[in-house]
Amino acid sequence: MSSIEESTSTSSHLLALLKEQEDELSELKERLSRWEQSCADASEREILFSTVSGREIKPLYTLLDRTSSQYQDALGLPGEYPFTRGPYSTMYRTRLWTMRQFAGFGTAEETNERYKYLLRQGQTGLSVAFDFPTLMGFDSDHPRSLGEVGVCGVAISSLHDMERLFDGIALDEVSVSMTINGPAIILFCFYVVAAEKQGISPGVLRGTVQNDILKEYQAQHAWVFPPNPALRCIVDMFEWCSENAPKYNPISISGYHIREAGATAAQELAFTLGNGFEYVERAIARGLDVDAFAPRLSFFLDVHNDFFEEIAKFRAARRIWSRIMREKYHAKNPESWRLRTHAQTSGVTLTAQQPENNIVRVAYQAMAAALGGTQSLHTNSMDETHALPTEKAVRVALRTQQVLAFESGVPNTIDPLAGSYFIEALTDELERDALEIFDEIDRFGGVVPAIEEGWFQREIAMSAMLQQREVEAGDRVVVGVNHFTEGSEEVEIDTLRIDPEIEKNQVARMAELRERRDPEAVERTLRELRESSRTGENLVPRILECARAYCTLYEIRRAMEDVFGSYKEPVFF
Amino acid sequence: MTGPLESALAELLERFHDGQPVALGRAISLVENERPGFQDFLHEVLRVGPRAARIGFTGPPGAGKSSLLSMVATNCRTQDEQLGVVAVDPTSSYSGGALLGDRIRMSDLATDPGIFIRSMATRGSLGGLATTTKEVLDLMDAFGFDRVLIETVGVGQTELEITAAADTVIVVLVPESGDAIQTMKAGLMEIADIFVVNKADRPGADRLVKDLRQGLHLRAATAIESAPAHHGLDLARIMRKESCEEPRGPGWSPPVLSTVAQSGEGVEDLMDTIKAHRFWLEESGELEERRRGRRKVRIQDVVDRELRRTAWRSDTVLAELDQGLERIQKRKDTPYSVAWDILDRLLR
Amino acid sequence: MQSIDQQIRVLVAKPGLDGHDRGAKVIASALRDAGFEVIYTGLHQSPEMIVNAAIQEDVHVVAMSILSGAHMTLFPKVRELLDGAGANHILLTGGGIIPVEDIEDLESRGIGRLFGPGTPTTEVIDYIQDWFEDQETS
Repeated sequence: MSSIEESTSTSSHLLALLKEQEDELSELKERLSRWEQSCADASEREILFSTVSGREIKPLYTLLDRTSSQYQDALGLPGEYPFTRGPYSTMYRTRLWTMRQFAGFGTAEETNERYKYLLRQGQTGLSVAFDFPTLMGFDSDHPRSLGEVGVCGVAISSLHDMERLFDGIALDEVSVSMTINGPAIILFCFYVVAAEKQGISPGVLRGTVQNDILKEYQAQHAWVFPPNPALRCIVDMFEWCSENAPKYNPISISGYHIREAGATAAQELAFTLGNGFEYVERAIARGLDVDAFAPRLSFFLDVHNDFFEEIAKFRAARRIWSRIMREKYHAKNPESWRLRTHAQTSGVTLTAQQPENNIVRVAYQAMAAALGGTQSLHTNSMDETHALPTEKAVRVALRTQQVLAFESGVPNTIDPLAGSYFIEALTDELERDALEIFDEIDRFGGVVPAIEEGWFQREIAMSAMLQQREVEAGDRVVVGVNHFTEGSEEVEIDTLRIDPEIEKNQVARMAELRERRDPEAVERTLRELRESSRTGENLVPRILECARAYCTLYEIRRAMEDVFGSYKEPVFF
Repeated sequence: MTGPLESALAELLERFHDGQPVALGRAISLVENERPGFQDFLHEVLRVGPRAARIGFTGPPGAGKSSLLSMVATNCRTQDEQLGVVAVDPTSSYSGGALLGDRIRMSDLATDPGIFIRSMATRGSLGGLATTTKEVLDLMDAFGFDRVLIETVGVGQTELEITAAADTVIVVLVPESGDAIQTMKAGLMEIADIFVVNKADRPGADRLVKDLRQGLHLRAATAIESAPAHHGLDLARIMRKESCEEPRGPGWSPPVLSTVAQSGEGVEDLMDTIKAHRFWLEESGELEERRRGRRKVRIQDVVDRELRRTAWRSDTVLAELDQGLERIQKRKDTPYSVAWDILDRLLR
Repeated sequence: MQSIDQQIRVLVAKPGLDGHDRGAKVIASALRDAGFEVIYTGLHQSPEMIVNAAIQEDVHVVAMSILSGAHMTLFPKVRELLDGAGANHILLTGGGIIPVEDIEDLESRGIGRLFGPGTPTTEVIDYIQDWFEDQETS
């Protein structure tokens, strides 16, 4: 057969196929409308069928709900553009998600002991929770730290504390994730110098620092400097890490806190990715090559109650990120298109009433995260609405992941819900919503002006209020809170307490440190930092010098603040 | 009325004169809620004449009034001036409640003992201030503050009441408010002593400054020429620099300044201009004129309010009203004749 | 709308360094919708800042939201400063992540009712309204 004949025959075959499909679709349309008529008289249960995010959900999804163009365009294969089906080609068949539980409390020594215990249990990654004073850039002996030292995390006020936190832990062997934002550049430098003191060069350090200041202004509120200098510090870290610490993730762009503050799923998705693109633009504006830093950008998403919408959110996030990174920012390295994410189950969905029910909520959420294809997961503990979790509660939370990983069969197939009419329709809808929200952000002239106008903050507060109203009106069932409340009165739960002595000890140790260090080196390095803050010079080397001289967190913060000013909360009512 | 104070109020007055912030806080509530005896209390307090400089900040929403006020306040505090601040926010007409968030921007000053900040809800008043804001300013003045700063609601329309409350009215605008200004321009020109284009680092700021100056120029050109005497502060320099023309009109032509409240840029110029305006107010006699006007309005207000109160709380008047309504129904009277009858009874 | 002829004024405050203001904002809006005048302080307030604001604003109630675990320090500290400033008439209440035993302990030390996560806002509104009416009649 000649090639012309061959192609003619193929195309007529294709035409026949298309005709067949069209017939099938129109038949489906007819049957569907008959079905809808037959259901018209049925009275539905009087509850909300919309998601917590206010998305209307239909009773049935069919082939007719597919809106994305071609299969290959919209889905692709795992590990391939546009990564809808997963960031890696073999996913959980070769490597399960990392079960990374966030921990930290009290002093550096106590947390150090806890880390060593976790490592002995076979954990390969550590996740540092800092206390509120550290998160805000205050030393433990600052008056504003009163009552909060070591309470919600570990207190780290200088290199000295950081050294003790990792004493006896080889920093070239573990990956360390640090949840810190406002003063991230300072804590990062403490960490690098702590490794240096162990004889380890930054080139081998693995880990992540959260360092996502935009979502702090929008939702979480642990800021220090105003947006522009804060963004400069972040780009300084991108630049420094791409040259000196190529295995380290200098940012984890986080939707978690945005969602927890009240945002809808679509807002979480759009605000987070929008923030991601803002960082990309800032770094490109600095003159960095997009492919030099983009592969090290990582994400952190919430897993809320609406099972399917959450799964779709992870899939939509990967698709949007890869498309925009490739098409708008012209990234050429596939690593720059790949969105990798950590996930955490939703804290706000947990109830104080009947806390044991929280175990079930966490289990469903964890399953959604796995079906969404997360790279690592933190599961919340059932008692977190009462206090810091006890060891037992943390263990149950970890076991929840292990049951999911080893008993449920969920990880055995990659993106197992792909092709579900419902899941694909939701993925498309979320993508559409996000693109619309990007347009709104653009109307403000970008993320930072929208923050300054309080737009994100108002949007988030509004969504939170709407959700609260649904619950209080009883329209949204919360088991144990507004329905099925029998047994909600008796709460028997052990709580973990932090010894108030910790604050005293930490304060005493600060005094000791201030005595012992070389005051001249402190003064000189701070002065140099102040000078460099005024010029455009990369600040990482300067802060490393301050860290080596044992300047404290607050001293370094103040030196930068002298030049940068401090951030003021906009009024948003 | 205005007899001796009942003992609880007398004690409050004593603590007020003693300079206790708690007493000022409570006195403001007394006045704001028009609780029994509030007029007697004001009477006692107003025995001391006004001495504080009252500066009003008005302008459209989002112009950065609070931030600018906060910068001015900080600046005054470095001169060791004692400050009172009143910030007005709208009452929700739906619930009668209000969310007052202006303190947030002033958190830097939150523990400064030299500054007293009070948030007020409009409680139905429409002119940009709350019903009793002017009385509250009197209280703050009498408490001994050197300067009292007032921020109006700023919901968009021109808020005329501020002119009756402040000696110096600062109209704060931003480049984005350009279009909105076209419609309210006339009103703004009437009330402003000083224009500030805030967020002047944003595009469109220069244009707005130019537009405003042009508008002022047109207006000034039709005003009567009268050259004021200026000395001491270099008033002429400020006027020339900022408004590109000699002072005109009744002696003060509103300068147009640019600021970036976030960074503090331009705030020193604003401080100088505020001082210059004060100086002009005092020298030209305009301050006494304005104070006199305020007193007149206050007397009228009190008479109005008391007349109303006396009328509608009197059983005979209410009976007259009822009978009048009957007569109107029987076509024997009209609302006007009934009203005259009531007034006649009241004023006789 | 409330029945009394005087507006209830409430200071909603976020003391300490934690920035979780979802609860504080939801409660502030709900109190406004219930007809209260709500003064919102913003985040990261020290006890001194809160007490200054309470006195200047002459509020009836201070409601603090604390999710940082610092409640055993912050509630007594604010109470002490309020009393010291001659403002013992002000009700100090609040909510957050607070263990039951701590709630009992604090309530026995002159702090008003403390509400946990998931409390309907109506419960808080009723509590404040009842307290206020008691004050007015006594």
